[in-house]
Amino acid sequence: MSMPIIIIFSFALLAFLLGISARRGKDMDIQQFAVGNRGFGALLVFLLVAGEVYTTFTFLGGSGWAYSKGAAAFYVPAYVVLAYVLSYWLAPRIWRFAKDRGAVSQPDYFAIRYQSKAFGIIVAIVGCMALIPYITIQLKGLGIIVSEASYGVIPPALASFIGALIVMTYVIISGIHSSAWTAIIKDFLILVVAIFMGLYIPFHYYGGIQPMFEQIQAVAPEKLVLPEQGLGISWFISTVLVNAIGFYLLPQNFSVVLTANGEKSLRKNAITLPLYTLLLLFIFFIGYSAILQIPGLQEADGDLSLLRLSIQTFDPWFVGIIGAAGLLTALVPASVMIISGSVGLTKSVYMAIVPHASEKQQLVVSRVFILIMTASAFLFSIIGGNALAILNIMSYTLIVQLAPALVFGFFPNSRVNKYGAAAGILTGVLIVLWATLFDIQIADFIPSVPHAVNDINVGALALVVNIAVTLGVSFVTNLAASRGEATEAGRY
Amino acid sequence: MKYIKLLLLVPFVGMLAPLPLVNRIEPYILGMPFLLFWISLWMVLSSVILYILYKLDADREGEGAE
Repeated sequence: MSMPIIIIFSFALLAFLLGISARRGKDMDIQQFAVGNRGFGALLVFLLVAGEVYTTFTFLGGSGWAYSKGAAAFYVPAYVVLAYVLSYWLAPRIWRFAKDRGAVSQPDYFAIRYQSKAFGIIVAIVGCMALIPYITIQLKGLGIIVSEASYGVIPPALASFIGALIVMTYVIISGIHSSAWTAIIKDFLILVVAIFMGLYIPFHYYGGIQPMFEQIQAVAPEKLVLPEQGLGISWFISTVLVNAIGFYLLPQNFSVVLTANGEKSLRKNAITLPLYTLLLLFIFFIGYSAILQIPGLQEADGDLSLLRLSIQTFDPWFVGIIGAAGLLTALVPASVMIISGSVGLTKSVYMAIVPHASEKQQLVVSRVFILIMTASAFLFSIIGGNALAILNIMSYTLIVQLAPALVFGFFPNSRVNKYGAAAGILTGVLIVLWATLFDIQIADFIPSVPHAVNDINVGALALVVNIAVTLGVSFVTNLAASRGEATEAGRY
Repeated sequence: MKYIKLLLLVPFVGMLAPLPLVNRIEPYILGMPFLLFWISLWMVLSSVILYILYKLDADREGEGAE
C-alpha cells in the first residue's frame, strides 16, 4: 500500500474509533442521541456549526468556484458570516422554546409551535428534500477526494461506500456525540491543511498573495469582480440574503442549536464564528492559484482544481493528509445531517402513526431511518447524476421557505396560524421547484426586464410570495374561525 | 435600549449596500483585490459588532438582576 492510502485509512480508523467510543458513559435515550441532552458547551457547538460550513462542498466547491467563476465564490463567506450575525437573535429563541417544550428536531419544533402533527410532517418533507442531496454530495465528494488523493488506486464508489459504512455505524451507536468527537480532529486538521496550503501555494508559484492576484488581473481581470449580469450584484445580494436566512433552518444546523447547554453558548459562538470564516480565504487562494497553474479544467472539473494542484505541488504523504482532511470534512457534516433527518422523521412521521411510542421504540426507529437515509444517499451518489446537482442548488431556496413560519412563530400576536404557515410554505416550495426544474426566469414573462431584476435569486422571490400567502391565509382563516365562533355563540 | 438589537442589521447593510461601489480590483489591500478585502473586512467587523452587542446585553442582564 502506498503512503497516501495508509494515511487516509489511519484517519478513517481514528474517526471510526472516536465515533463509537463517544457513547461511553452515557445512557442513550432519544434526547441524548439527538441533541446530546442539551449539554454541549460553547466549544463543541462551535465545532459542530463550523463543521457544517467546512464540508466537502466548501473544500472542493469553494476552490472550484474561485477557479471557474471567480469573485462570485465570495458569496459563500458573505452569507455564512451574515447567518452567524442573524443567529445571535435567532438561535437563543429557537433553543429556549425547544428546551421548554422538549423538541429534539426541527419537525417536532414546528409541530409543537403550530400544534399540528400534519404541519410537522410538511416540515420534515421539506427538510429531507434539502438534506438528502446534501448527504449525497458529501459521500460523492468523499469518493472524489479519496480517489484523487490515492492517485486513482481507490475507485470513488468504493471510497464512498466505506465512508458511508463508517459514518452510519458510529452514528447508530453514539448519535450526535460521535459528530462532536470527530469534529475535534476534523477542525484541527482542516485548519492546519487549509492555512498551510493557502499560503504555501501562492508563495511557491507566484511569490505571494498580491503577486498572484496581479498576475490573474493581467490575464483574466473578470475573475476578481462580479460581472454585469448573470452572477452579478443583484444575484449576489439576493443569494447571500436567502442563504443567510436559510442557514439555521437547514435541519442539521437547527439540530446543532438544540445541542447547546444554554443561550449564552449560542451568543458567544455568534461572536467568534465570523472570524473563523476567514479560513475560507485560504481555500480561495488555492482555487485562484490554480487558474494560471492548471488552466483548462472545464465546468464541473473545476471542483478538482484544489486536488489536482496539490498533487502537482506536494509529496505523496502530504497529499495523503489532504485526503484525510477531505475525508473528515465529509464524515462530520454528514453525520449531523443523518441524525437530524432521521430523528426528524421519527418525531413527525413515525409518531403520527404511533403516537404513544416509547423512548426506546423512538430510538430504534431513528436508527432504522439512519440506515435508510445513508443507503439512499449512497445509491444516489452512484446513480444520481444531473438531478442531484439541481436538488443541491435548491437546498437553500427550498429550506428558506420555512423562515416565515419560524419568525412569525416567535410572535404569537402576529396571529399567523397553521393554515397560513403551511399554505405559505407549500406555495414557496412549488414556485422554487417550478422555476428551477423548468429554468423559468422573470425575463420569460417580461422580456424587457433589466438584468439586475432577472438575476434575483428565485428563493427570494418565492419567499416574498410565501410571506404574502402566509399572512393572507392566516387572516382569512382567523376571520372564518371567529365568525364560526360568533354564530355558534349566537345559537345558544 | 430596546432597539439595541437593530445593531444586527449593520453588517447586512454595511457589507451589501455599497457593493456597486466596492466591486473593483484596485486598490489592493492586505494583498487582496478590493472586493475580497471588503467582504473580509466585514467578517471582522461583524465579530466586533456582535461582541459589543454581547457586552451591552450582559450589562442589561446585570441591571435586571438588581
